[in-house]
Amino acid sequence: MQKIGVFICWCGSNIAATVDVKKVAEAALREPGVVFSADYQYMCSESGQRLMKDTIKEKGLTGVVVCSCSPRMHEATFRKAAESCGLNPYMVEIANIREHCSWIHKDIEEATEKAVILMRAAVAKVNLNQSLTAGKSDVVKRALVIGGGIAGIQTALDIAEAGYEVDIVEKKPTIGGKMAELDKTFPTLDCSACILTPKMVDAAAHEKIKIYAYSEVEKVSGFVGNFTATIRKKARYVNENLCTGCGLCTEKCPSRKAPNEFNEGLNTRSAIYIPFAQAVPKLAVIDPAACIHFKTGKCGLCEKTCDAKAIDYNQKDELIERRYGAIVVATGFNVIKLDNFEEYGYAANPDVITSLELERLMNAAGPTGGTLLRPSDKTHPKKIVFVQCVGSRGQRPCDKPYCSKICCMYTAKHSMLIREKYPDTEVYVFYIDVRTPGKNFEEFYRRAVEQYGVHYIKGQVGKVAENEGKLRVYGSDLLLNEQVVIDADLVVLAAAIEPDESAKKIATMLTTSIDTNNFLTEAHPKLRPVESATAGIFLSGVCQGPKDIPETVAQASAAAVKVVGLLAKDQITCNPCVARSDELLCNGCSACEKVCPYGAISYMDKEVNDHGKREVRRLAYVNEAVCQGCGACTVACPSGAMDLKGFTNKQIMAEVDAICR
Amino acid sequence: MQKVAEIAQKRAIQLLNQGAVNRVLGWKKGEFPYDETPAVFASADELKDFVYDSFSSPNLSKYLIEESRKEGKVLAFLKPCDTYSFNQLIKEHRVNRENVYIIGIECGGMIDVVTLKNRGAVGLTGADDDGENITAHTLYGDVKVRKEEVLLEKCQACKGKKHVIYDELIIVNPQDEKPRDRFAGVEAIEAMTPQERFDFWRAQLSKCIRCNACRNICPACSCLQCVFDNPKSGVASKASPDTFEEQLYHIIRAFHVAGRCTDCGECSRVCPQDIPLHLLNRKFIKDMSAFYGEYKAGEDSETRPPLVDFSKDDVEPCIISDKGGDR
Repeated sequence: MQKIGVFICWCGSNIAATVDVKKVAEAALREPGVVFSADYQYMCSESGQRLMKDTIKEKGLTGVVVCSCSPRMHEATFRKAAESCGLNPYMVEIANIREHCSWIHKDIEEATEKAVILMRAAVAKVNLNQSLTAGKSDVVKRALVIGGGIAGIQTALDIAEAGYEVDIVEKKPTIGGKMAELDKTFPTLDCSACILTPKMVDAAAHEKIKIYAYSEVEKVSGFVGNFTATIRKKARYVNENLCTGCGLCTEKCPSRKAPNEFNEGLNTRSAIYIPFAQAVPKLAVIDPAACIHFKTGKCGLCEKTCDAKAIDYNQKDELIERRYGAIVVATGFNVIKLDNFEEYGYAANPDVITSLELERLMNAAGPTGGTLLRPSDKTHPKKIVFVQCVGSRGQRPCDKPYCSKICCMYTAKHSMLIREKYPDTEVYVFYIDVRTPGKNFEEFYRRAVEQYGVHYIKGQVGKVAENEGKLRVYGSDLLLNEQVVIDADLVVLAAAIEPDESAKKIATMLTTSIDTNNFLTEAHPKLRPVESATAGIFLSGVCQGPKDIPETVAQASAAAVKVVGLLAKDQITCNPCVARSDELLCNGCSACEKVCPYGAISYMDKEVNDHGKREVRRLAYVNEAVCQGCGACTVACPSGAMDLKGFTNKQIMAEVDAICR
Repeated sequence: MQKVAEIAQKRAIQLLNQGAVNRVLGWKKGEFPYDETPAVFASADELKDFVYDSFSSPNLSKYLIEESRKEGKVLAFLKPCDTYSFNQLIKEHRVNRENVYIIGIECGGMIDVVTLKNRGAVGLTGADDDGENITAHTLYGDVKVRKEEVLLEKCQACKGKKHVIYDELIIVNPQDEKPRDRFAGVEAIEAMTPQERFDFWRAQLSKCIRCNACRNICPACSCLQCVFDNPKSGVASKASPDTFEEQLYHIIRAFHVAGRCTDCGECSRVCPQDIPLHLLNRKFIKDMSAFYGEYKAGEDSETRPPLVDFSKDDVEPCIISDKGGDR
């Protein structure tokens, strides 16, 4: 028989205001095995923990139930406290009477009744708890960073600087991501390439960093400290050991009609191309969809031109398997598609562009060489209208409900740069709110309004229509309460950003969660912002939520620190709540093996002694270091041979029985 | 039918004499002239008792779990639907395929003795089957009925005449595939209101005498120790305070065989209380095909069953509850 102590936390008024904690404590004493119960204002405090520890010693407790907040919050705290005075940590159970009870109920009587029931279930479980001992597993001292934008680069650099190996896997032919496309960066207006490209070069040159560009992570198995990833290195059709990046092939290539991704499709590129001058790795790549050789079998000009003999039309995708201790997701974002926003005429009119396209039109390496010319007739636009919150903060199905966060600032940047360079240009900005919470951000925006005379109009645009070579913008000025019509030469849409389409696939692959907008979910929105809910998986950059460059870099470094903290350990403590199979019940049917998402179950032929009957049977075997204790196998097992330590079928049934009593 | 039996018998003797197989799993006459019973024959002499006729309904696959683990090779006669069960057992590593020689045997459908008796064939001594009609011989003379009208439920809902696994086939009269609606019975229950459905199952499952025949005959119920026999499981035979408590037995059983049941229909055939147990299994089969794409357990021995498989294209749980909930 257990000797169980039950501790009921008030959580200040969080619990005590809705749950009659005294009543719960009284009820606890009537439960089988309970020898002590008490309520206390803050169980997690030093004195609360001392109360628990002293009672364990004085009463010789063999089990503890703490009725408090979610186990995600303080289970570890209380288990540690129990362990410090000699009680096995897995003899401690939490009854969540805060999130599951006091916070969601108003009526004290009802909430108290429920708290008693939750306490009862936990006591029933502890009565069946057994001491568990965690094993150890080795940590592979290498990290994988998925995505090679500024977030991925910064994370990789910081991990590498700490002395650990790190691989960057980037699906595009070059690292650099969206930041490489930007012209200037707010709020200091330094040139994006000038601050990014040195980091790209640093990453490529770092002895601890390996870059897999034009590659994708195809499969991930394993667990914290010991992941195995399969990386698909896509065929470039160019031998990367031979290519010097001279670019001669790109000049000779006769197929020049493919849209140039780097310039957001504003101009075209050759079928064999180097994404941009500062690309890392600086290697040519053939786009087989555009290449004449791949379409007709003829041409072959690049092959003839290449002195280094680097062209290899027969190159195949390569699959590489690498082991990692930690994985960082840095898959970034994309601008949303504007097909569903007909009111702005984006698809119909070339002079309605996105802000990212404007970046390219203002960039010296862009399609216009840095001179702002409108796409339709290559003339200087004299009147430009910016529309903010296109697809952000909206309620329609095509809208995103969230604020994309970066648009207010880059629109202020764009309008300021245009007024600086072309003072004869009139600039109008339609906005819902101007949001500038960041260091020097408000000052930056004020400069756009006060120093550069940008016309900010509070209100939204209802329609953009072509009118005699101009774009007639119909908007409303909510401050003056009147309709505004502006005949503009160029309309720039601050389109919402969304997670890259790979995020969902990668989240599934890594068994971590995403929110309704496909942003990856952090383990705790305040206290664990760069960790995912899955151990060993970390988040860096916009894949977790909209953020600007300074914030992205800060988060990237934070993720790196978490990774380094993990890789610095030689071994990590495993979760002892793992599955085990009862040899005498196992049929060897493989149902558990099939549902195991971690590949922890294998089979072996083993002689068993089934009540005197000796025979060789096919039996399931759980690799405890690989098992994550998800319990899928226990449900799939038809004979009930699989059970989960710490959450045995018997314990769960006892909890259900206690609740239904 | 007579001819098929003769060929089968001859071939079995031949294989035994050649030493190609050590034993033969087939059917012999049981206590009554119409309860053909699974039997293992070890010699040509024993094979004199071999029968195969319109009463040879027992599915022999489950017996192969034991038989295939013994020394030597066993010849087994499997009807088309029985081969699905065998494939499923291979998938679950329950049989040793190398020790089994399978002869796929033609089947024109098996007779439901109860229906036949109800059609006037009392004092049954035997029957002739010409494919279209059954001539039942009784103590009081012959009774002739259309075969279609006296088929077992599982044959009325026949899955098909194709053997999905075999080493050789004995087919004398190639059978036509007749269009069969396996799910009409399930649809009728789905159309009921929740209360009607509850009342229906309450009435049916309350008849259960917990003889365990359905479980013991079921090829999917092949656990070394069934949860219902394991005192540690917490669900093992308890005295039922209410006859309806047996619902849990049947529902747990249906869940345990979900995705593995090949719809061989043996459970309903052997139920002494005539509980339409196949309806529970078929509901699972129907839903699984609707959610995860057409799937026939036992059609092959490799495909991952949908319930122990997962893919990014799996339907969302909310869609499942839309279809399966109280509406």
